[in-house]
Amino acid sequence: MAGKRFQVLQGNEAVVEGGIAAGMRFYSGYPITPSTEIAERSALRLPQVGGKFIQMEDEIGGIAAALGASMAGLKAMTATSGPGFSLKQENIGYAAIAEIPIVIVDVQREGPSTGLPTSPSQGDLMQSKWGTHGDHPVIVISPSSVQECYNETVRAFNMAERFRVPVIFLMDEIVGHLREGCELIPPEELTISNRRVDREFNGTLAYAVQEGNYVPEYAPFGSGDHFNVTGLFHNLDGFPTNDSEVTDSQERRLLDKITKRRDRIEKWEEVDTDDCEVMIICFGGTARAVEGAMDASHQYDSVKIGMFRPITVWPFPEAALHKILKHNKHLRQIIVAEHNDGQMILEVQRLVEGTVPVTHLGKIDGTTITPDEILEKIKEVY
Amino acid sequence: MARTEVRMSGSGGQGVIMGTIILAEAAYEDGKQVAQCQSYGPEARGGSSKAETIISDNRIHYTKVKYPDLLLSLTQLSFDKYLPDVKDSTIIVVDSSIEVSEETKKAHKVYILPILDAAAEVIKNKMSANIISCGVVNEILHIADWDAIEHAVLNHVPKGTEESNLNALHYGAKMAREYSEN
Repeated sequence: MAGKRFQVLQGNEAVVEGGIAAGMRFYSGYPITPSTEIAERSALRLPQVGGKFIQMEDEIGGIAAALGASMAGLKAMTATSGPGFSLKQENIGYAAIAEIPIVIVDVQREGPSTGLPTSPSQGDLMQSKWGTHGDHPVIVISPSSVQECYNETVRAFNMAERFRVPVIFLMDEIVGHLREGCELIPPEELTISNRRVDREFNGTLAYAVQEGNYVPEYAPFGSGDHFNVTGLFHNLDGFPTNDSEVTDSQERRLLDKITKRRDRIEKWEEVDTDDCEVMIICFGGTARAVEGAMDASHQYDSVKIGMFRPITVWPFPEAALHKILKHNKHLRQIIVAEHNDGQMILEVQRLVEGTVPVTHLGKIDGTTITPDEILEKIKEVY
Repeated sequence: MARTEVRMSGSGGQGVIMGTIILAEAAYEDGKQVAQCQSYGPEARGGSSKAETIISDNRIHYTKVKYPDLLLSLTQLSFDKYLPDVKDSTIIVVDSSIEVSEETKKAHKVYILPILDAAAEVIKNKMSANIISCGVVNEILHIADWDAIEHAVLNHVPKGTEESNLNALHYGAKMAREYSEN
């Protein structure tokens, strides 16, 4: 199956191939539409590369087993959709405080609870950042093509390894079930990051951090070092503490891992943002309809449309958006297009601070936003 | 080729999804850009099922089909369901068991072909209707070189059925060619 370099793949399948290229050797989960093909392909492909696949009893078991595998040294992934993503939240927080690298894929579907199993949605955007309780670090990446599913899964694993954080791969049904051509770039041509191991430095202190760094060196669990893994705030050896100084420094360091390294984490795409009059902000599969609208608008000599698309959706690429706002003197209107009732728009409004009008184009009926609807919206507001 | 959109429809189990995947793989192998989508869930179980492939020489931005350039239907139910979503230039291909109104015949280029009968009686494999359909579509639209499409068919059919499925592919092409000539 790996074989050919250029293949027609589903977005869900490309995630597995990207994961394997990045070094994923463990997958555990509980299948759920529209993410099931990720479990299916992992079951097929992991044994071929010496990895393990396990179907657990539920979604919580799915992420728990993957966390265990990761602590023992394997690159691990789990995948789900909204209902399962809700169940995994507790262990996402555990991954954050215990600093366990993991990639969690959420192929979003419409509505709360079990909602609409097979319909596209982007209603988990805020949940992906805030779903688990407490201040915590998280990186969220959202792809808009099958090729990006491949490339960005590699980046998701790299980020998880480098920063020892849970990385959420926030997909939607549009991209998950789409088949497109995909180049399976072999690992030797990719940048692959691995967690750092420096046993001499750490000694018995599994959570000791080197000067000037924010991430502890990794101590492979079960390889002879005695340390503890807990969801409680802990000392450098991993054992719980109530000390307010330790708590403060640990919590700050967890958050600083992301905030002080934003420039290495943020990623976005800009199309005609330097002189567009209307800028559409979108992410994931919605971008394809926006691009379709831009194609159609080129046929008429009408208003100039631009697109700003966060690929890393959290942390949101703030500096990039501020730069556009500062330099584009033609910009008269921002439209945030997303398959929800208004989530990314909140972040956009916060950053725009009223300097440009911001309107929303949302859809929550389980159908996709079309290029025509985007053009209609532009006519309505501009 | 310019952006070309194909919609195949039928009842669940007739393999229209596989048909569009084969078309997509063949066109991709032939150097074109492709996007393939299908309906899932209740819509795909029983009743009518549809799948779509978009082919273009350029990058495909929007991946959904609104009004296809070719609509192929294997059942009356699916034909009636998807007929409203066509444009004037849409080519219509239907199995000969499907009733097509005179009005539709006047408005469109229509191919009425015994696809299901050919699968059962000529190829002796009912499951080959989708492969016959691929032959028909490729003969009409020239999506991919025949080598590429044969290769894509062989990637997907069960062992032991290779030859009959290649026959099905070329039988579909022949039916379309002969229909055009008459």
